[in-house]
Amino acid sequence: MSGTALDPRTAPTFPMAAHKLMGDTQLRKNVRHATDVIQNKRAKVVGEMPDWQGLREAGKSLREHTMKHLDVYLEQFERNCTAAGGVVHWARNGEEAKRIVIDLVKASGSNEVIKIKSMTTEEIQLNTALEAAGIRPYETDLAELIIQLGKDQPSHIVVPALHKNRQQIREIFQREMNLPDLGNTPQDLADAARLFLREKFLKVKTGVSGANFLIAETGGVCVVESEGNGRMCLTLPETLITIAGIDKVVPRFQDLEVLLQLLPRSATGERMNPYNSVWTGVHPGDGPKAFHVILMDNARTEILADEEGRQTLNCIRCGACQNACPVYRQTGGHAYGSVYAGPIGAILTPQLQEMHHAQTLPYASSLCGACYEVCPVKINIPEVLIHLRNKVVKQNGPFGPEALAMRGMAMIFRSEARFRAAQRFGRMAETPLVRKDGNGEGWIGWLPGLLGGWTQVRDLQEMPKETFRDWWEKRADAKGGKHGN
Amino acid sequence: MATDARTAILSKIRSALGTKATPEAAAAAWAGLPRDYVRVSTGTKSELIERLIDRLHDYDAQVLEVEATDLKAGVAKMLTARGATKMLIPLGLSNALLPEGVDFTVDTGLSAAELDACGGVLTEATLAIAETGSLVLQNVAGQGRRAGSLVPDYHLCVVDVAKVVGTVPEAISALQATAGLATTFISGPSATADIEMTRIKGVHGPRFLDVILVH
Repeated sequence: MSGTALDPRTAPTFPMAAHKLMGDTQLRKNVRHATDVIQNKRAKVVGEMPDWQGLREAGKSLREHTMKHLDVYLEQFERNCTAAGGVVHWARNGEEAKRIVIDLVKASGSNEVIKIKSMTTEEIQLNTALEAAGIRPYETDLAELIIQLGKDQPSHIVVPALHKNRQQIREIFQREMNLPDLGNTPQDLADAARLFLREKFLKVKTGVSGANFLIAETGGVCVVESEGNGRMCLTLPETLITIAGIDKVVPRFQDLEVLLQLLPRSATGERMNPYNSVWTGVHPGDGPKAFHVILMDNARTEILADEEGRQTLNCIRCGACQNACPVYRQTGGHAYGSVYAGPIGAILTPQLQEMHHAQTLPYASSLCGACYEVCPVKINIPEVLIHLRNKVVKQNGPFGPEALAMRGMAMIFRSEARFRAAQRFGRMAETPLVRKDGNGEGWIGWLPGLLGGWTQVRDLQEMPKETFRDWWEKRADAKGGKHGN
Repeated sequence: MATDARTAILSKIRSALGTKATPEAAAAAWAGLPRDYVRVSTGTKSELIERLIDRLHDYDAQVLEVEATDLKAGVAKMLTARGATKMLIPLGLSNALLPEGVDFTVDTGLSAAELDACGGVLTEATLAIAETGSLVLQNVAGQGRRAGSLVPDYHLCVVDVAKVVGTVPEAISALQATAGLATTFISGPSATADIEMTRIKGVHGPRFLDVILVH
């Protein structure tokens, strides 16, 4: 996982990528540790809120409401942001968004930008495009800095470098910052990042950010962060460019009373994250003199058009589903081949690809429902996963292996004779594959072809020697009685 | 070009929704959204203050409670304890807060490098939230522009206890009238948990935060 950006169009399928990553015991240990810590912190601060379920319900209704009136709220945001001195741009896709950013950076007279962590810019691989245009992006979030200097890729929405431990981070910093004597406590590493970036904050004239919320009522933008790198990028440059998916809009300032309770507790297990910034257009004498915001679609309207998939857009990017997911906790984020990993990635990524890529992701789940339980806006991820699996099967057409198998099963189940024949055939066909264990029980450790997916990770018990029907019939015969049908 | 994308996106949204929503319909639907959560805290004022102090301590912030008449002495005490000698202050900060013997520089639009040369910053706050231990600063007299409370390494914030609210919803409704101002919620010193989920104080924002509560 080095250098090349996570791109669902070219990534290996989930089972292939996961298989490889499962061999990286250090990565699995790092991911398990980090997700355990966040989950425990989250449980503690969620537990102290007697009204948590009421807040989740409010969050869900609020997000559903927003999506149902998305055009109204986007137009309101545009009007109010413009009135406050901001410039609003619209981008149909990532290519348009990147072109707008590059043009704006060039117009600002800079050939470098400081960046706040933004998954939306990761989604469109903005850094690669900036570099190709001769613009140097500096990631300023500690985790994103680790990723950028290590030529790595983010593996979590909130804590993108959680797959790295302190020794690994130290090696990257020693090499890239030329600090041979760097210590390895987290404090040493954070101090190194502070010094490394301080000079950039003070001198780079253009900042690029994402957004957590766009407030339609006021035209304001809200960014939630911890380190203060966000505030640096939002206040010190002369030009600020914000890229936001059209799903980031919220109706009113008052809605922050729900979202600013749900998000920090779910994301980092804090009652409130250290810094929330809200700004509205340009504030004379305070912060950038020019403010641009790019409202990007990039397939979000396709998701909106699918009534069952639509709830995916309600996501506020807290990452709680990733921490809770038994699959993500084993594989880490890179296996998903997308900057959006874990359960939310399994539903968001294929839809952002309009189901042309990442078709294995809806299957990267045991449907256990842990993600749904922790989701602060109650996105029913298992429901959407099943909906997308259905789409994938339909996409494969009537002659896809799954469709053929299901039709075959239906034919067998429709007739008692065929069902019995299939059982007899199964018992015969399995014979060469069955191995007896110490207790005389038969187990199948390998199945051919597509069925092999099952035996890859578990044994299958052999079929019973006798079915219930056979036994019942024999019993009735032995008693000399009649058996009904 | 930009207009093209705008029209295309809005029309895709409308066709996805099957309707063209109106602002009136949206406003009516918004008013009916469920809000079955705690809006207003029930505790007494002293319970609120106690909770705020508890939360601030949780973030490793030092808290000093003083009577209004002892405010200047309180500021002096905190600055001495931190060894802060060169402090930034925003425009409009009351002189009554400023003890002698400290070099106070008024932020009259200093450059980033000049801000960086200040060891600390002294501000007031619009309000504080007990439940989350948050201070809310806005660009008004006594609080100043956002970079001022960010670049120096130490932040001393003076909060009148009358400005302490219980919950996040109470804070948001108090801020509604001035929602258009640049607003920053500060909950503890700058921090990160990006390395092995260990919370480390102080990355880019002030590494040290103290609060004086004025009764």
